[in-house]
Parts: sequence; structure tokens; C-alpha cells
Amino acid sequence: MTFRRIGRGSLRLLLATLFVAPFLTDVLLAQEAVGAVREYGDFPVIGARGAVWIAAQVHLLFAAFVLGVPMFAIGAEAIGIFKKDTRYDRLAKEFTRLLVIAYSATAIWGAVLVFFLTTLYPAFWGHLASIFEVSMWFYVGLFFFESFTLYLYYYGWDRWKLGRAKLGHWGLGILLNIWGTAVMLIANSWLSYMMSPPAEMTPDTAPEMVQFWSAFANATWMPINIHRIIANVVFGGAIVAAYAAYRFLLAKSDEERAHYDWMGYVGNLIAIGALIVLPFAGYYLGREIYEYNQQMGITMMGGFMSWLWIIQAVLIGVLFLAGNYYLWVGMGRIPGAERFTPYIKYMLVVLVIGVIVWATPHTMIADRDELAAMGGTHHPFLGALGVMSAKNTAVNLMILTTFLSFLLYRRANLRPTIAWARSGTIVQGLLFAMAAAVVLFFGIYGYFVTAIVRIGFSVYQVLAVLTAIVGVVVLDVFMARGAESRGEIRWGQMPARSQYALFVLVVTFTWLMGLMGFARSGIRQHWHVWEVMRDTSPWAATPALGPAAQMISVCVLIFLVLIAFIFWLGGLIEKPQLVVRLRPDDPRVGERDPAVHGSELDFLPAD
Amino acid sequence: MKRYLRHPFWQSGLVLIAAYLVVTLGIAYLPPILGIASAPVPGSVVLQYMATVLVGILLYVSSDEDRWREFKEPVEVMLTSPDKRYVRSALLVAIPALIGVLTFFQVRPTVAAPPNLRSIHPAPPSQISFRGQPIVLDRLENPLRHEGDLNEHLAVGRRTYYQNCVACHGDALDGNGHFADAFSPRPLEFGTSTIAQLTESFVFWRIAKGGVGLPREGAPWNSAMPAWEDVLTEDEIWSVSIFLYDQAGVSPRTWEAE
Repeated sequence: MTFRRIGRGSLRLLLATLFVAPFLTDVLLAQEAVGAVREYGDFPVIGARGAVWIAAQVHLLFAAFVLGVPMFAIGAEAIGIFKKDTRYDRLAKEFTRLLVIAYSATAIWGAVLVFFLTTLYPAFWGHLASIFEVSMWFYVGLFFFESFTLYLYYYGWDRWKLGRAKLGHWGLGILLNIWGTAVMLIANSWLSYMMSPPAEMTPDTAPEMVQFWSAFANATWMPINIHRIIANVVFGGAIVAAYAAYRFLLAKSDEERAHYDWMGYVGNLIAIGALIVLPFAGYYLGREIYEYNQQMGITMMGGFMSWLWIIQAVLIGVLFLAGNYYLWVGMGRIPGAERFTPYIKYMLVVLVIGVIVWATPHTMIADRDELAAMGGTHHPFLGALGVMSAKNTAVNLMILTTFLSFLLYRRANLRPTIAWARSGTIVQGLLFAMAAAVVLFFGIYGYFVTAIVRIGFSVYQVLAVLTAIVGVVVLDVFMARGAESRGEIRWGQMPARSQYALFVLVVTFTWLMGLMGFARSGIRQHWHVWEVMRDTSPWAATPALGPAAQMISVCVLIFLVLIAFIFWLGGLIEKPQLVVRLRPDDPRVGERDPAVHGSELDFLPAD
Repeated sequence: MKRYLRHPFWQSGLVLIAAYLVVTLGIAYLPPILGIASAPVPGSVVLQYMATVLVGILLYVSSDEDRWREFKEPVEVMLTSPDKRYVRSALLVAIPALIGVLTFFQVRPTVAAPPNLRSIHPAPPSQISFRGQPIVLDRLENPLRHEGDLNEHLAVGRRTYYQNCVACHGDALDGNGHFADAFSPRPLEFGTSTIAQLTESFVFWRIAKGGVGLPREGAPWNSAMPAWEDVLTEDEIWSVSIFLYDQAGVSPRTWEAE
């Protein structure tokens, strides 16, 4: 009942937001028509920019959650349907439940953002609204469809759970993703327009004269779309893993621990798997920014924002280390994994050296004596690690190593029965070695060619790594067919510290999103719309790294506190339904046991 | 002794010490033996490296249940065993004292200027005004590379450099001119610097506008470089650029792959 009340409450709030937003736009446009719009408002204590910053960042984090998790949910539901594995179906449902609550939080923060923009940056908002008004109407319309599709998807879960109705239900999930992605594409056009407005625009161009489509599909729109879609998958996986870790640590029965241990593994697999592809999308975005405007590109990579990349390197190093650590600890519950554990130390050495190289700054922070000893801000020896050749090599080898960890984890309890298993393993090893050799070759050769040629080398390095990953996976799928098991994975037998690695993942991802969002937005510097509309407010100066880091941390903290509340609420509303796999002849098959510490337990036959 | 060497706790300590020696002494003194230039690693980077190594060690020892138990053993024994009370007491005094001393040296006032996080490559504007004439920097090439005799431009560049730049940037272009010690940050050197990563339009802009002509968003920046547009002609600046790349032995960054 509590849940229904919350559902209705959020619905009312959503409707209110939907109706208010267009009116606000109209009001502002009308105000502009009579020339009565003041340029800026003020906000107590943190200022106008701080208020908009927090509202936009927390809204974006929730938006990433409500876009990432449905992708995860339809994937899990599909596995449940087509592999007839009920665990995945329950997993998808459990997350859709959290989604319903998170959705209203997204709407609330979206409304806060709109109200702040209209009251604190009215002239700028008027400018955006006069160019994008049609897309804003579509936006609220899609939001409406998305909300009701979500309600149908969640509340219809148990009603449409069999046969064709189940496929129809899955179709609702796909529709939910389509609406959500369309909403994101529209919002992305507004923010990417701020970075890369049509080239013919000048400060004197009247917004009414701007062609809608050239502003909408601007130079950085598609790269941001691709980058965000992949990042949402990563974020969705990380949130799922963190939720599982939270429930694992609170679990009172072995069954609960087993269920949430498995859920954490699935979330981590998706997060790290998608993370491996994310740098390539980021590279595409960075390249397009450079193409659009060299000044923005240099500010981002070599100028004021360059130190953000060192912080980013440290954080991504944390992600790689935490993701691998979780897998290594997890090997302790897999029979047969002990034959791979001696290799952990070598993989760790590659990762640690990779992090060290990747995070070595080109321009070092040093005092006067240290600078004098180095002869400048560049270290004569370590300076070689500060350039892209070294960094691309390091990150590609880290990706290969992480993939190797996954491979060993996956293969730990399998004994291949096919005749060519040994040859297959040798070919896999050769693929790894060849990819590493290509990465190293271009990494070293990059020091002997010009910068513009060196940039192209990163494509070869990436292709080598991706080819190796695809080749090894294809071989592994065939090698795993008919493989004997060395023993069942002992789900739930994970030390608590492994779960903290999952928390580290989600905190780091969230912080990274805030950090790199600041980098992307901050390279506009004192422009609302790059070289079209100048920020003349008292908050126009680009903040230094310290205040920016504090602001990002505040946003992350607000988001994590609210997400923790949603996790708690998720457990309060409905106890999770766990599925325990039993032998088909077990007398408990088909029974339900509501007595297990408040959890509902389904006993189903093992596949 | 062997027992200690096989124990994960003491092994971790040894790895940590070895890593510290490599970072602080190895990097500074081993490459010169092989004829490769090096220097002591700045404290900020040492801290960064050691933190990474420490995290790596902790991940390794805790990735296996038995190893983790064994690793914690000496700590638990030291904290709980009655016959270790003197060692325990000594450590309970020594560790906070050590932290206190380190903190003191970190925060004590000194006369040295604090480390500065400055932008080495401030973003150039799309267009500048040179002696009242607009010059679009975006996709701008050095016109002298396609006009006249390159050797002549090189000679002009050399003469211009030695008449105007040598006092700070040095006669070996190593940033060690007569005035170099008076500046913080020191004048740029062109030997191992990032000049190869820059287009010539960037170099032109920096010479023409100097430290005083940097855009506001170029901060944090403290450069004593004068704005040479009032002293040198456009061709002289382009000639100096040709001379710098020639002496550094590198080509300027091109806008497109050649």
C-alpha cells in the first residue's frame, strides 16, 4: 500500500512538472517580448551558478540511473525469457521497483533545475527556449509516455508473466528504453548546442533566425549521445552491483547472500564490460570537440582542464583495480580457480605499473628546488610517461589485463571436453600476445613520429585490443560447449571486503561523471553558448580545480544519500523474492517459504 | 630469517621499501649511468607513486583469504599479545610521533614559494589582432615555409633569437639564459619540451602576445615573457619559429595528417 501511495504521489508530481514547464517557457517568452527579462537572479550562500550546478548534476545522475537501469532490466528479462532462468526475471523486476522511485526523484530534480534556470538565468533560458521550444514540447510529451510505460512495465510484471504476454511485457521494456533514449537525445541537443552552436551563429544572430535542425544536430550532439548511452550502461551496472553489495552485507540467510552475491557479479560484469568500450566513445567526443574548435580542445587537453585528466586517470585506475580485485576475491568461491590464482600477482603488477604510467603528469607539481633540479616543469626521464604514447599503451594493456581476469574467472570451474581445447587455449594466448605486441610497438614508435601521426596510432592500438577480445571470446564460447564442471560456484561465500570494492566502483563512477561533466561544460569558460552568448554574471569565471572538486563532491554526496534512501525504501516496500535452485527430485520444489527472515523464497528445480 | 621473508606482512614491507628506493633513488641515478638524462622525482609524484604501490600491495594480500589472515597475524599479535606490551607501547608512541613529525615538515612555514599548478598550454583564441591587423590562428600555417629561401628565414630567425631571446632562453635553447634564475617559472627550454606538439600558429601567438597578452582563462599563469609584437615584425616572429623547430630537431604539429 505504501508503495502505491508513493507511486501516486510521484505521478502527481510528474504531471505537475509536465504542465508547469511549458507554461514557464511561455511566460518567459512573453516577458522577453516586452523586454522585461532581467538577465540574472541571485541565490543565497552558494550563488546562482552553484544552485544550477547542483540541480543539473544531481538531475543528470538520476537521469543516468533511470536510463541505465532499464537497459539492464530488459537485458536481464530477456535472459530470463529465452534461457528460462527465473533468477534473471526476478533481478529485472527488483530493479524496476527501484526505478519507479528513482524516476520521481529524477523528475523532482528536473523541476528544480528548470525553476532555477528560469529564475536565476532567465535571459539565457529565454534564448534556449526560443530556439528549442518545439523540442521542449516533445520532451515533456515523451516524458509523459515514458512515465506511463514504466508504470505498465512494473505493475504488469506479474500479470503478463507467461507465454506471449511475457513477450509483450518485454516489448514494454524495450518501449521504455526507446522513450528514455529519445528524451536523452533531446536534452543532449540543448547542452551540446551550448558547446558547439552552428558555425554561422554570432552574438548578433537573433535566436529566431537559427535553423532548428542545425542547432539540434550540432557538431558534438552525436558523440555525446553515444558516449552517454554507453556510460549509462556502465552506471546502471555499477548501481546494480552496489545495491547487491548493500543487500549482501545486510543478508541474514545463506540464500539471500547467494542471491545478492550473484547479482553483484552480474552488475560488476556489465559495468566493467561496458567501461572497456567507453574510452573509445570518449575519444570520438574529444576529437569532435577539437574539430569544432581548437581553443576548446586545447583548454580541455593541454590547458586549464588538463589536470582533470590526471585526476581522471587516477580514478579510472581505481576502477580497474577495484573491478579486478572483486574478480580475484571471487575466485575463492570457484572450485578449480586455484590453478589460476598464482597469475594474479603478475596481472596486478601490470595494472599497478599501468596506473602509475597513466597518472604520471607531464607538467609536474614541484617546488622551486625541485623545478631547478629538473630544469623545468618536465621531468627529463619521467616526462616520457606524460605523453599520449605512454598513456595509450598503459590503458590498452590495463584493458587487456582486465579482460584476462574475466576470462580466467569465467573458465575457472570449467574443464573443456572438446578435442581442440589445448590448441584453442594456445591460439587465445597468441591473440593476447599479439595484441600486447601491437600496443607496445605503436606505443614506442609513437615517440619517433610527429604528433599528428601519433594520434592515429591510438586507433591501431584500440583495434588490436578489440580484435583480441572478440577473437578470444568467440573461441571461448565454442570451447565452453559441453565443458564439464569442476564444481558449482559457491555463491554467497564472499568476504565482506569484496563488497566494498563494489561500493568503491559506484562512488568512483559517480565522481567521475561529475568531474568529466565539469570538464565538458567548463571548457566553454565564460560563454553560456560558445562565442554566441557571453556569461556576464558575477559567476562567469571558470572555477579552479579545488572549488570545482568540492562542488562535485557535494553533488555526489547528495546523490549517494538519496540513492541509499531509495535502496532502503526498496527493501521496505517489498521483500525480495529469492530463487533457490534445487534438484528436480527435491520435495521442496514448487514450495514457497516466507519464513526465511522475512524474505520470500521460491524453490525451483535446477536447469 | 627465511620465515620472515616468506611471510606476506614482511614481504609487503620489503616491496614497499624497494619501491620507495626505486622511485627516489633509482629513477634519479640509474638512467644517467646509461647516458639518459634524469633528475630527482618531485615529492608530489613520489607520494602518488607510493600510494599506488601501497594500494596494489593491500589488494594483493587481501585477494586471498589465507594470505589475508596470515598478513594480519603480526598486527593482531602485536595489538593483543601480553608479551608484546613493550613493543606495543613503543609503537603506540612512535607511530603518532612519526605522523606528527611528518605533518610538521609538511605544514611548517618556509620562504619557498608554494608549488604552482599552472597551465603550460593556455588555449589560444581563434583570432588575434597583430599591430591592429586581425590574424585568424585557426588552421594558420607559417607562410615563410612556402615563400622565399628557407635558409634565409633560418638565418633571420637565428639573428632575431640571439638579439632578443637568448638572455632568458639561453644560447643552447635550454632555458638557462643569464636571467633564467631570476624567474619563477623558469624560461621555457626547447630541447625536450613539448614544442613538437604545438602548431606554429600557437608559437606565433605566444611570441607575439607574451605573458601579458594571455587570455583571462589562461590563468593560473605567471609568465614574464614580453609581448614581442611591438618589437618584432610578423616575418621575424615566423623566422624565429623556424629557427626554434630547427634547433629542437622536430617538426611543428600540422593541422592534418600529411
